[in-house]
Amino acid sequence: MASLRQIAFYGKGGIGKSTTSQNTLAALAEMGHRILIVGCDPKADSTRLILHAKAQDTILSLAAAAGSVEDLEIEEVMKVGYRDIRCVESGGPEPGVGCAGRGVITSINFLEENGAYEDIDYVSYDVLGDVVCGGFAMPIRENKAQEIYIVMSGEMMAMYAANNISKGILKYANSGGVRLGGLVCNERQTDKELELAEALAKKLGTQLIYFVPRDNIVQHAELRRMTVLEYAPDSVQAGHYRSLAQKIHVNAGKGIIPTPITMDELEDMLMEHGIMKAVDESQIGKTASELAATA
Amino acid sequence: MTQSAEHVLDHFELFRGPEYQQMLANKKKMFENPRDPAEVERIREWAKTPEYREKNFAREALTVNPAKACQPLGAVFVAVGFEKTLPFVHGSQGCVAYYRSHLSRHFKEPSSCVSSSMTEDAAVFGGLNNMIDGLANAYNMYKPKMIAVSTTCMAEVIGDDLNAFIKTSKEKGSVPAEYDVPFAHTPAFVGSHVTGYDNAMKGILEHFWDGKAGTAPKLERVPNEKINFIGGFDGYTVGNIREVKHIFEEMGIEYTILGDNSNVFDTPTDGEFRMYDGGTTLEEAANAVHAKATISMQHYCTEKTLPLIKNHGQEVVSFHHPVGVTGTDAFVMALSRITGKEIPESIALERGRLVDAIADSSAHIHGKKFAIYGDPDLCLGLAAFLLELGAEPTHVLATNGNKDWAEKVQAVFDSSPFGKNCHVYPGKDLWHMRSLLFTEPVDFLIGNTYGKYLERDTGTPLIRIGFPIFDRHHKHRYPVWGYQGGLNVLVTILDKIFDEIDRNTNVPAKSDYSFDIIR
Repeated sequence: MASLRQIAFYGKGGIGKSTTSQNTLAALAEMGHRILIVGCDPKADSTRLILHAKAQDTILSLAAAAGSVEDLEIEEVMKVGYRDIRCVESGGPEPGVGCAGRGVITSINFLEENGAYEDIDYVSYDVLGDVVCGGFAMPIRENKAQEIYIVMSGEMMAMYAANNISKGILKYANSGGVRLGGLVCNERQTDKELELAEALAKKLGTQLIYFVPRDNIVQHAELRRMTVLEYAPDSVQAGHYRSLAQKIHVNAGKGIIPTPITMDELEDMLMEHGIMKAVDESQIGKTASELAATA
Repeated sequence: MTQSAEHVLDHFELFRGPEYQQMLANKKKMFENPRDPAEVERIREWAKTPEYREKNFAREALTVNPAKACQPLGAVFVAVGFEKTLPFVHGSQGCVAYYRSHLSRHFKEPSSCVSSSMTEDAAVFGGLNNMIDGLANAYNMYKPKMIAVSTTCMAEVIGDDLNAFIKTSKEKGSVPAEYDVPFAHTPAFVGSHVTGYDNAMKGILEHFWDGKAGTAPKLERVPNEKINFIGGFDGYTVGNIREVKHIFEEMGIEYTILGDNSNVFDTPTDGEFRMYDGGTTLEEAANAVHAKATISMQHYCTEKTLPLIKNHGQEVVSFHHPVGVTGTDAFVMALSRITGKEIPESIALERGRLVDAIADSSAHIHGKKFAIYGDPDLCLGLAAFLLELGAEPTHVLATNGNKDWAEKVQAVFDSSPFGKNCHVYPGKDLWHMRSLLFTEPVDFLIGNTYGKYLERDTGTPLIRIGFPIFDRHHKHRYPVWGYQGGLNVLVTILDKIFDEIDRNTNVPAKSDYSFDIIR
């Protein structure tokens, strides 16, 4: 392959980013691409399905043990898993202390300086939750990820997060080259999910690149710390991930600068689809007994 | 005896007066929770023992008196070496006050540098607005030709992206779109001032050579016969760069000094304040891409810069702060090899004079033991010079030295019979050095001004070579590179040796049979 393609997966916590990304990347590996996964989540679970491991030793935990990140060798932090996918986890502090964002910056700098990106077709960053600080935007700075894929579902907070991430992308899109590749909807079986996902994609100026149906086989594979591609390569679900991988592969260079919407617009959209009822302003801030009294 | 306008007492007289002595004694007794003096003395003595040294060297989570500064200091040092360039540090004011005072106290010159004045709100919301306003203010008030941006800890922890911020600032009209604003991320908690020098130099060359952040085409290298020279972070930059220019000119070599801060740190007093003075012109910085080769005098100051230059097709050569005959020989011969120019008679004469001076004083310096601490390259250069003189660099310590450095120092030891009992200490601090001086005493300590505390504690006479030198003036005006620089280092060392001999022989009728006029 000619040049290095860099992508990133963002999305609300618990939405299934790591599961979706690892399955998709396993499918890309099946297509013959050489892949590096950079987990940018202090939980360090972005590579467990590829490595069949509970959690990989992270760059930052190894650096803390060694004294400083300069004392590390690339071989110590990079593990090779399913179909030779190379995996690193940046790691970070325990909840409630320190600065995880700085950890992402430190880790990515370390990987670049130590040649981790050589002989690779795809680099994929798996980034926690939201773009909460400058550190978590590191993967979308200039010359890093070219396209962002936002994993979301039909739940309101997942869409809220998707919109927020788009704001982050917009900030960097003007000065750098990062683009929104599209939304990936991970089915939660909420009301009118496909419809809503498509509507949000349209509002953001992008496309719903794939709708991944819910299937318990994903859970079965996860319990065995495997991707569906490896656990049940002939399953229907594996086929879905292959299709998603193919779509992402041909989507190179087709990303857009998103047009994030306001919270009001987001609520209006939910109302349009009948998910949320119009709010009666006279009822705001009233307790149940007060409402009963006026009724 | 209180202070009076007619007879003003200096502080060291004033505080010796009875009222101050009484006050200090009371303060100690009433507020300082004093310990039994005998116990204090016992601990003091214990801290000199091998047992304490062992515990000291087992220290893991604490650094005491590190012999290094932080990255942005190096970045500011680089920036002022370019024509009318204002260093702009994205971060808090206090950090910038430190770089300015550090440089001013060493060079005894004003040090112009601005901050983006980040405060708590910037830490929460990001420093973009500080960059936008800061660049606009700096550009309009101080009229620099270029603004070189670096960062402090705070901006780095919150992840401010300089590339994006500077582009946005230009879009908002802080400075014109084509105005030169090179930048470097210089997290102060990574590496040292040496790393910051490297990052900043790389940032500036990248800016000019690789398309000025997308505002101009990348430069196509058209090789010429010029040589680029990079000095690295150097407390002797004023004297050294002038010496290096002298060598280039004697040899008839066309050259570009990248980051020439020899004038800005040595401006004359003639009634005119120069915020900027001298420096590598921006045109020269851009044209440096066409040079035949680049020479770095300090390898560890250019670990990232040199590969960038090499990738543009030039030969790169690096040294470890060469001091003395062998070191300067290698430098001058490299110049001759690259340019094909003969080494002129005038340089050979300078060499001969240094060799002569060494021979004249050899009896006094031969076999003396030294401890050295400082920046990695400086330590290598000085250790090699001491071995050349037949002295022993018994302890060589660099807080910002790594394993690779330690191996190189060991190789220098191994190259000479005088290096047999010498040891290298990478990543250690001045509290480690204190233990070394107590348990394996040496004749002299070589280091910067902070070494005076070690001198006081351990009684090891300090020879001031390095950065910073705050308590002696004008040393930076004299080179330590070149054959003439080697002579200066030799004399600095000898002066201390002779002072010590005099001090040890000056008791009348007891030791003054050796208190000689001639040494």
